[in-house]
Order: sequence, then structure tokens, then C-alpha cells
Amino acid sequence: MINAVGREIPKEVLKATGKEAFKGAYAYDNYEYTKAAPRARAMMDPRRSKMVENIHEALVKCEIRDGMTISFHHHFREGDYVVNMVMEEIHKMGIKGLTICASSLGKANDPIVPYIDDGTIVGIQSSGVRGKIGEAISTGRLRDLAIMRSHGGRVRAIESGEVHIDIAFIGAPTCDEYGNMRAYGGKSDCGVLSYAMVDAQYADKVVAITDCLAPFPNIPASISMTQVDFVCVVDEIGNPAKIATGAAKPTTDVRKIMMADYCTQFVINTPYFKEGFSYQTGVGGASIASTISLGKIMEERGIHMGLGLGGITTPMCNLLAKGLINKIVDTQDFDMGAIESIKSNPNHIEISASEYADPFNKGAYVNKLDFVILASLEVDVNFNCNVVVGSDGMITGAQGGHPDTAAGAKCTIVIAPLLQGRIPAICTKVTTVTTPGETVDVVITDYGIAINPRRQDLIECMKDVKLPFCTIEELRDKAYAIVGEPDPVQFGDRVVGIIESRDGTILDVVREIKEYEFAE
Amino acid sequence: MEIKKAAMAGTLESSDAQVTVEPGSGTIELSIESSVIHQFGKQIRATILEALGRLEVESAKVTVIDKGALDCTLKARVECAVYRSNDMTENLPWGGVIR
Repeated sequence: MINAVGREIPKEVLKATGKEAFKGAYAYDNYEYTKAAPRARAMMDPRRSKMVENIHEALVKCEIRDGMTISFHHHFREGDYVVNMVMEEIHKMGIKGLTICASSLGKANDPIVPYIDDGTIVGIQSSGVRGKIGEAISTGRLRDLAIMRSHGGRVRAIESGEVHIDIAFIGAPTCDEYGNMRAYGGKSDCGVLSYAMVDAQYADKVVAITDCLAPFPNIPASISMTQVDFVCVVDEIGNPAKIATGAAKPTTDVRKIMMADYCTQFVINTPYFKEGFSYQTGVGGASIASTISLGKIMEERGIHMGLGLGGITTPMCNLLAKGLINKIVDTQDFDMGAIESIKSNPNHIEISASEYADPFNKGAYVNKLDFVILASLEVDVNFNCNVVVGSDGMITGAQGGHPDTAAGAKCTIVIAPLLQGRIPAICTKVTTVTTPGETVDVVITDYGIAINPRRQDLIECMKDVKLPFCTIEELRDKAYAIVGEPDPVQFGDRVVGIIESRDGTILDVVREIKEYEFAE
Repeated sequence: MEIKKAAMAGTLESSDAQVTVEPGSGTIELSIESSVIHQFGKQIRATILEALGRLEVESAKVTVIDKGALDCTLKARVECAVYRSNDMTENLPWGGVIR
């Protein structure tokens, strides 16, 4: 059937997953449901220890077996060691048929690909995947359908029982022998443990993995001992220096800086730019540059940000340090500067991924956003965005908080250079829809700015603003005039993954990639 | 034009293409490798064949390694490689078959 973003969702996929097709970004507002609950074991005997010798003993004590679902967080991003370490041990034990439910997976996790090929791993549920795992899924080597969920959508899926985690492995920069975990103060700090909080709450078994055993009580704890079954000390859980590689890059690219300036001009001419406004940016070069240029204007005009949300980078922390932001509310640190800031600044506060973006709790921070500045691989003339599947059809990115913040914010701005080499960012139809166009308000490119016609109010307030406004179709036509009109990617028939909407419906499917053939 | 010997033009930088021409056996034997093959394979092939046709190359082995070059770049690389295979680097027919 055709869903609300015009995508054909095959009947077999709806049947196999038991999910429904996407009906609109707010179709599930006020939806009533019963939360799932984990199976727990009581800890009454004070003489019993939670400490285990190694990962192997943790796995044995957690009674790992074929077919289980296990979970991980990705706060170490490209510097993560925990996923590979645990999977190697599981593989050695000969366990098969596991599903990994991770907050995200990156290139650092390339070493688990052989475990996909030999059937140790048969399912992957993640915000996204990069590198060789993406290739493995796109070439049809994963047995089950991969499920891509936003950060908020993942919390919803766990809370609603759509996915049940048997064992959660949580890499913790510091932990005491009873399982109180903190995100800094050790030798491998990641700043916050936001994504892992729901895992600790809803998994049957929770294993804390640390490289810094702290004296009891290790408090205030990000994750409490009341949720932890076992504690395992290893040599190293990750390399914080690699957190800033991958998605997060500062920029000196003049084209991106120009787009950042357009963005700032747009922001300050909306009615939402006033004392106490709330704001989030992604980690694209232009998004980060826009934070810097907006900061200058805030300083000039004496306007303060009430709430800075999200994935946090150093430029946001600098504004906090200058007193231009009242509170930074943090679910992920994208660089060392952000980790330093949360250690030392009392107005920089860690929250759970549920508080951040869960569409099925009783109110998340994303709903309070005035602005979110995002990037996108592709945007189509209906403002649908694709941040997961490359223009060559390969899974290569992650939803992250993109759909969550876009749905929540009053003004969602997407910055994308019109062309990436020969690939046009603005196109007739995105390869895959990962954020619905009804939640995207403005697209800023180096060749012009398009406002979503659904937002007549924004079009009205930009009437006298000197920025290169045009329609989204005009942007696409400019791109096609330079590079030619691209052909759609030739996919195979088999569906290898689904893009799940925040509310659990299916936004789009991802098909197996096929070798290119010249049509005669 | 005849392809007298193997010649090459272009680089493997992004947004460029490396075109190699070699003497052929009576036909155009074209192989294309491209970072944007899925979206632009058809256009790349048409552009290369059109440029060869205009230069009246009828027998050649042509290898294109494309890194997302625009059509104008592809055309320029083909022309350059063909003229190099004839040792022609000066007095090129600007505004003639090169346009």
C-alpha cells in the first residue's frame, strides 16, 4: 500500500512485521498503550557480589542463548570497543541467531560483519549503520529485516514492548562494584549515558562494562545500581579521541559558512528568535558553523538561548560558558569540548533519550524546540529528507534525532549544499524517505533557500528579508541543469530493511542493492 | 580519427574522470567505472560515445574511471586523450570538432 509520504510499502512487509504504514507525523498523538516490563531478579543477600571476572563469565551468568536480543549504546561513536569485545566472546561461545538492538552502529563496528555472515547475528535494529555493516545489509547478507529507528523511536519501541531486550551491555566510563554508572571521571569518558538509560530500565539483564572501577557509591549515577545485574572490568571500553571522527566535523569550507550565514539570517528574522528561545543543531559542518554565527548576533542583541538541546558540540558549550545559553540539555557529546563542559558546567545537564525525543512518553524536549538545524543527504520537492541511504542505494547513515527534532521543532531548517560532486541534494524523489516532508519547514542551499509552502506564516515573515528565496522545484531544476537528471537507483526486489517512523509505522523500505546494468 | 597509441587524460580526483584510449579492433570497446554509475551511468556513456563520434573515432578501446565528473569534463578528457594518442598537443581544432 502507499503510505502518507507516497511510498509503496509491500503487503508482505506489513504482514511480516505486523506494522502499519505511515499515516502522518502526528497520527498517534494521544495514543494509549501499556508499557512493557522486564523480568528481574531480586538481590537480597548482601554477601552476593555483582562482579564478574570477564565478559565470558558475564555472558554465562546472564544465561545467553541462541535467538536472544542484546543491546548496546553508541556514546563512544567511532571509538567504541564494547560492541566488538562482547560480540567476539559471544561468537567464541558459538551462540547463533542474535538480534542486536543498538542506539547506533558505526565504522568502528566493522569487525562484527563476519558474525552476520556466519549467522551469529541475524537481526539489526539501530538508528543507522555506516561502513561495512551497511554494506552487509544492503547486499542482503543479514537474515532478518534491518530496522532503522530514530533515537526517540527506539525508546518507544523498547517501552511499548515492540522489542524486548534480553541482555543490555552498557559501556560505562566509571562504575562501582554495585553497578552505579557515570559517564565521566574515568580514563575513557563519553560525557553522558543517555541512550543506555532505557536499556537499563527495560532489559531483563544488565551488564555494566567499565575500565575504571570507582569506589562505592559512584554517585550521582547516570544509571543506578538498582537496574544492574553484573559489573565487568575490562582494559579499555573505548577511545574518546575518536568520538569526534565520523559525523562530527568543524568546517572551513566557505560554501558551508555561507549557508550557515543564510541560516542565521533566516533564524533571526522569525518570530521565534527572542529571549529564551530553544535551539538544536546537528553535527554537519554547516550546522555547527551556524551556531557560531548565531552566537555573534545573540551577543550583539543581548538575546539568550533558554534551552540548547541535543547532540552537543564545543561551539554550543562556548555559548554556555559565555552566559548566552541558560541550560544545555544533553543526550550525546560529539567532541572532547562537550565532554569537558558537562564535567565542569552545572548548567550543562544529562538527560535520557526518552526525555529527549520519545514520542510515546508524556512529553519530550524535542516538542519544546523553536529551531532545529539539520543536514540531509537528499531532500525532495515534497521536503522529504533522506539521511540513511546513499544516492548509490547503500545504507550509509543514521536517522539519529533527525525525525524527532523535525517533528518537534516550530522551525525545522535543513542545510544541504545543492551538489555533492555530481549528486544533487535536491531531487524529485529521495532514494528513501527517513524524515517526512510535512515536518521540514525550510531548505537552505548554496544556490537558494526554499520555504515549505505549508508554512505560509514563515513565507509571510520573510517577505522583506534579503535572502535568495526560491521554490524547492527551482532548486531542483538548478541542480539538474548543472549535473543532468539522475536516474533512479536500480534496486533488487528483496526488501532488506525498513525505515521506521517515530511512532512505529513504516515510513519506507530499503531494498537490496543490485549491480548497475546499462539498459540496451 | 585513428587511435595510434595508448593515451590518457584526466585524474582520479573527485569530480574528474580518467579516460584512457588504446588502439581498437574495429569497434568502440567502452568500459565505464563510476562513483555515480547508478544515477548517471546512461548519461556518462552517451556523453563519451558522442564525443568519440564527433572526433570520428571508430576503433578504440576506451576506459573511463569517473569520479563524478560533469559532462563537460568528460567530453574534454575524451578529446584530450584522443589527440594525445595522435601526438597532437598544438593547433587543435577549437570551434571545429572541439566545441
